[in-house]
Amino acid sequence: MGAKSNELKVKEMSELNGIAAIWYREIKVFLREKSRIVASIVNPILWLLIFGGGLGASISISGINYQTFIYPGILIQAVLFSSIFFGVYIVWDRKIDFLKEVLVAPISRTSIFIGKIIGGATDSLIQSLILLFIGLILGKLGVIPGLHLGFIEIVTSLVVLFFTTTSMVSIGLIIGSRMESPEGFQLITSFLLFPIFFLSGALFPINKLPVWLASLTFIDPLTYSVDGLRSVILGASQFNLALDLCVITGFSIVVIIIGTFAFEKMKV
Amino acid sequence: MPVIETYELRKEYDGLVALESLNLQVEKGEIFGLLGPNGAGKTTTLMTLTTLIKPTRGTASVNGFDIVKQPSQVRKSIGIVFQDPSSDDILTGYENLKLHGMLYSMPASLREERIREVLELVDLADRKDDMVKKYSGGMRRRLEIARGLMHRPKILFLDEPTLGLDPQSRENIWKYIEDLSRQGQMSIIITTHYMEEVDRLCSRLAIIDKGVVVAMDTPASLKKIIGGEVVVMKINNPDVEAVRELNFVKKIEIKNELVYLTVEDAGQNLQQILHVAGKVDSVEIHSPTLNDVFLHFTGREIRENSPEGGWGQRVMNLRSKK
Ligand SMILES: Nc1ncnc2c1ncn2[C@@H]1O[C@H](COP(=O)(O)OP(=O)(O)OP(=O)(O)O)[C@@H](O)[C@H]1O
Ligand SMILES: [Mg+2]
Repeated sequence: MGAKSNELKVKEMSELNGIAAIWYREIKVFLREKSRIVASIVNPILWLLIFGGGLGASISISGINYQTFIYPGILIQAVLFSSIFFGVYIVWDRKIDFLKEVLVAPISRTSIFIGKIIGGATDSLIQSLILLFIGLILGKLGVIPGLHLGFIEIVTSLVVLFFTTTSMVSIGLIIGSRMESPEGFQLITSFLLFPIFFLSGALFPINKLPVWLASLTFIDPLTYSVDGLRSVILGASQFNLALDLCVITGFSIVVIIIGTFAFEKMKV
Repeated sequence: MPVIETYELRKEYDGLVALESLNLQVEKGEIFGLLGPNGAGKTTTLMTLTTLIKPTRGTASVNGFDIVKQPSQVRKSIGIVFQDPSSDDILTGYENLKLHGMLYSMPASLREERIREVLELVDLADRKDDMVKKYSGGMRRRLEIARGLMHRPKILFLDEPTLGLDPQSRENIWKYIEDLSRQGQMSIIITTHYMEEVDRLCSRLAIIDKGVVVAMDTPASLKKIIGGEVVVMKINNPDVEAVRELNFVKKIEIKNELVYLTVEDAGQNLQQILHVAGKVDSVEIHSPTLNDVFLHFTGREIRENSPEGGWGQRVMNLRSKK
């Protein structure tokens, strides 16, 4: 009995080490690709200042400045794009044959998948944290009027963003696990990204939509991320925060399970 | 009990038969060679044995575990140096090794010690903090050999490990492989085009061609099958019939304007051969090599397609792909 449980511990330890190894590598690569970090910060800022500022000059939504209104949506957009795009790295790994080194190691495919998710989520959360700080400063300066980010808001935002990024990274990895070329990956994901993004209500309120459009937004899992983040940051939302959190964690769990199967079936 | 045993292992790629019912055994502690020309199925054999691809039919046991039913146990027992580069070139040499150590759950202190040791061995200690991108093809090869050796697996697979290396590096690697094997516990399977590599390292080998094992034995016994020395002559119009008459000539083969004879006591009998064969431009006698053995079994030379284009070329292709 003792020997058996010992063996089990060794096995668990080696899986944990494997996850740590994958994570270590993803972080190294992330920190080395400076241009990727810069782009992931600059693009959302441009959206916020130019798109938000432009429309905000003439629009406000139930008393909230438009720029302020879309700030949570832009955060979600940034996380959505960088998370799904993260899946292209598994295509790269296959292309440069590094995937063989990982697949022949004595760890399970599930651990590889988990390591990748943690890696991708770390990237996105670092990006989110920077964007939250920029939001905090812009709010204080009055550039985005009515945006007040404090410690509580930042921490709770990160919770919502964490569940969002894990599910979106999983989706990216599932697609990446089936793809032979980065071009193919890009093609498939662009078909997916835009409906998910535009239907999420990141850029408009969803309470006054015609029925057909409203029902589409309801089945978009990202809608609940946007709504949750809006509720956390602006205190204004469509659904109850508890409902938002249930949907996004539930969705995250489902796609992670699908992802582990996809990795199990993945070829070198 | 053999550490590796394959049972009618077969692999097809969309109808193309890469391995046809392969049967071979590797004993514990030996260095076993897989010798064969391009496309023979050497890499496919290794990929199947290391669980990276599934056999179409048949199976194999590696360290007592079934490659189809117990792949994770198999992976715990093995290490492999791939034929194609498989390191991450945006990481440094050191980081690639550290990552490997982590994947194999090596304790940090042991990991650092081994990293130092293998970097020393492949002479990369002073370049360890450079990104692999900046390595030459040969340096990258050496790094990956270092990586495969680092965790001291029970069974080590080396897919053309010294292809594209300079003689000095090759000699170092050979020495290290011999040392590892001499220390006892490790069994090593090595694929190669280089006959000298097999002669130098391997206690036994399998010659494989078109996915079939055509012969399996020690290098010495395989050479004995030839049954004499090999005489190679360049002759314009050889009198084949006259040569065939001589009873000490065991075998005649004509390839690319060269006449290959297998002759008993060639030193003594050469005069007589030259006398009847015709106007000889040049002649050469050697004891049988594995190349002759390969020729004997397949009717082709192992070196007909240049093997040298391999690794360096692939590194270049990969770079231009990016
Ligand atoms: N992924 C693949 N898809 C289709 N055919 C393949 C694939 N990999 C290998 N083959 C085919 O299988 C056969 C055996 O290839 P393999 O790579 O095992 O040969 P090899 O002995 O390692 O040759 P080399 O000395 O060139 O490395 C070849 O005919 C090759 O074209
Ligand atoms: Mg090969």
